[in-house]
Amino acid sequence: MTPTIARALGRFIVCGLLVLGSAASVLTSRPAQASSALVVPGAQNEHDLPWASDGEANVPYVFHDPAQEGRVTGFEYELMGAIAQHVHRHSRFIQNGWDGLIPGLSRGLYAMVIDGIEMTPEHKEAVLFSHPYYVTSDRIMVRRDQQGLESLAALNGHAVGTIKNTAAERLLLQQNNVFVRSYDEETNLFSDLKNGRLDAVLIDEPIAHYYGSDDMKLVGPPIGTVAYGIAFPKDNPALRDAVDHALTTLQHDGTLHRILARWNLWTPQMAAYTGDKTTLDIKPQAWEDYRRTMESMSGSSFHAIMYRYVRFIPLIGQGAVMTLAVSALAMILAVAMGVVLALGRHYGAISIKILCGTYVEIVRGTPLLIQVLFIFYGLPAFGIRLSPLVAGVLSLGFNYAAYEAENYRAGLLSVPRGQMEAAIALNMTHFQALRLVVVPQAFRTVVPVMTNDFIALIKDSSLVSVITLTELSQTYIRLSSTYYDYVGTGLMVGLAYLLIGLPFVRLARMAEKRLGRVVGQGHH
Amino acid sequence: MVLQAKDIRKSFGDNDILRGISLEVERGELISIIGPSGCGKSTFLRCLNFLEHPDAGNVRIEDVELTSPRHWHRRDEAQAHRLRAHVGMVFQSFNLFPHRSVLDNVMMAPVHVKKMDHEAARRIACELLKKVGLGAVKDRYPDRLSGGQKQRAAIARALAMRPSVMLYDEPTSALDPELSEEVLSVMRALDEEGMTQLVVTHDMRFARAASDRVLYLEEGQIVESGDPDVMFANPREARTRRFLRTLLS
Repeated sequence: MTPTIARALGRFIVCGLLVLGSAASVLTSRPAQASSALVVPGAQNEHDLPWASDGEANVPYVFHDPAQEGRVTGFEYELMGAIAQHVHRHSRFIQNGWDGLIPGLSRGLYAMVIDGIEMTPEHKEAVLFSHPYYVTSDRIMVRRDQQGLESLAALNGHAVGTIKNTAAERLLLQQNNVFVRSYDEETNLFSDLKNGRLDAVLIDEPIAHYYGSDDMKLVGPPIGTVAYGIAFPKDNPALRDAVDHALTTLQHDGTLHRILARWNLWTPQMAAYTGDKTTLDIKPQAWEDYRRTMESMSGSSFHAIMYRYVRFIPLIGQGAVMTLAVSALAMILAVAMGVVLALGRHYGAISIKILCGTYVEIVRGTPLLIQVLFIFYGLPAFGIRLSPLVAGVLSLGFNYAAYEAENYRAGLLSVPRGQMEAAIALNMTHFQALRLVVVPQAFRTVVPVMTNDFIALIKDSSLVSVITLTELSQTYIRLSSTYYDYVGTGLMVGLAYLLIGLPFVRLARMAEKRLGRVVGQGHH
Repeated sequence: MVLQAKDIRKSFGDNDILRGISLEVERGELISIIGPSGCGKSTFLRCLNFLEHPDAGNVRIEDVELTSPRHWHRRDEAQAHRLRAHVGMVFQSFNLFPHRSVLDNVMMAPVHVKKMDHEAARRIACELLKKVGLGAVKDRYPDRLSGGQKQRAAIARALAMRPSVMLYDEPTSALDPELSEEVLSVMRALDEEGMTQLVVTHDMRFARAASDRVLYLEEGQIVESGDPDVMFANPREARTRRFLRTLLS
């Protein structure tokens, strides 16, 4: 192990400790920059307006149209198109998980976030908000046969579900005796209400309308007021002001009204908020289309279902390619770095031994998910901005390097000392002895464990979906939540994982067989 | 004089293993080093090719000389490398490379260390293997050989580097008597060709019959050295006598 690598490693570890202590303060205390021209973070050119939302199970905000594969739609999606037109740019949607939306904004991945984000005081501390573009309330939804859960107080003693980090969740948590279940996704929330795991759901009215089925009903009056705002980075008031200006115009010229009416979302509450008392003669076309698609899917024939699965294949293929790319690159990194760490820990000077050992223990002792988020969202605080793919490969590679290092070290330890001595006595250099004698023998004991690790890595690569990479697991989540189909898509995605893993198993078998004739002989 | 060692000292912690051993070896000599377990005879042998770094002392083999430094530097390692070019070593546990065939074991060092042409190395290796009686099994892997065959292969492997001096660290201790004999007869043949050999051994019969000189070591010092017949029949030192008597009883 060279001193340069050792120094770099040391720096990495020190950085890690520093960030853990100060990430929050660094992220929130960035100086605001004044600028006259419109600064659009994440834009690829002067016509680009990149914005993010979580398009998984997010009807009717931003979602993947179940009627047409690969098409994104939703009332927020249409609103962003109209806003982009007003600031003379092209709207570009970027998918990111709900939890990653605001971190991605702080990181400069995109210019704004629109995803039914409530303008709470806590949120206002982290981001800038536009004017509200939609005002609504929370509603209680129950199964059709359920009686007597018509107010917040009546929910006491019952299991009530909602979406996490929402006003509804906070309301529920303030109640004394409600068993609150917080979900990431509306699909899961409503299927749990349907199958009886939940007694009621407290949720934003638009979601209740779109996800509720015939065997559910809305009960009681609207609760509280929820206002959605578009979120901007703290240091970009100019962009916020430009979008606010656009929003005001869209409100006055009726564009917002028309969009909402198409989605059946124009309510007396919105009329009161905007002061727009007109009635437009607009069919709720988007709403009806969506309902029709959902109905047609529930009663599909075998043939139609099969046809739909065939249409999934290209999407799953794309996800599989991403999974394979991330896994393969991460493996190469893990093996190379693992060898360096193992040799450093086995043969290095005492300081290098300690350094390598510390790295291994820290990386093995902390969750991979934290490492992925840290590398992608944490490192930019130090000026290190990595693309999602690079960040995914690095975090997986760094993580597995620690496991590989321990595996290789065990392999090196399994080679008797006399082997190295015999090589030195034959006048080989240390490096020649390692390359020709010790490492090839260590390799044999290492291969079976490595195969295991690689298969585990392929599966762990699903974690990089939290940093906007659409790989196999993300594809599964999208397809299953769009079509309410967890079985068929699950089997297809599972099969794809198996197919990716199999070649590695075969390869390892071959390597083991080739090395199999070698039986340990020296003893010491 | 092909090998000269001066005042070799070595301790592990508080334990003084070697307390100043000096030795001069003439070309073609076969020297047996005997003594009780823990007397330092193996350590002394391993200090001669710096497999073990002596704390102090000086070794010269052919024209390469190395005085053991207080701190081991890169240039010392380079000098040790030059010195090892003249020394072959054979171990009690053979230490053949199990992932390579017998032939590859013998060819490996000439090809990679001496950068010898592959064909030439192969020719030499085959010759040596035939000489130690392993011509028929040269393509086997070490785990398919008997103990005696393994040790003869190890000797061939060391000889392939054309050393001036061969060091043997208890070459037959892991072998049955009849397998030992295969190995010892190879060593006798080498002696007749004029090879210089130092053998740490417990085999007193071999030490007496084959050696030109016997060294008796105890507590890290040479107690007595001399002609084997004289020493075995009539040791000068009381300690030597006691050692030989315990072996016979």
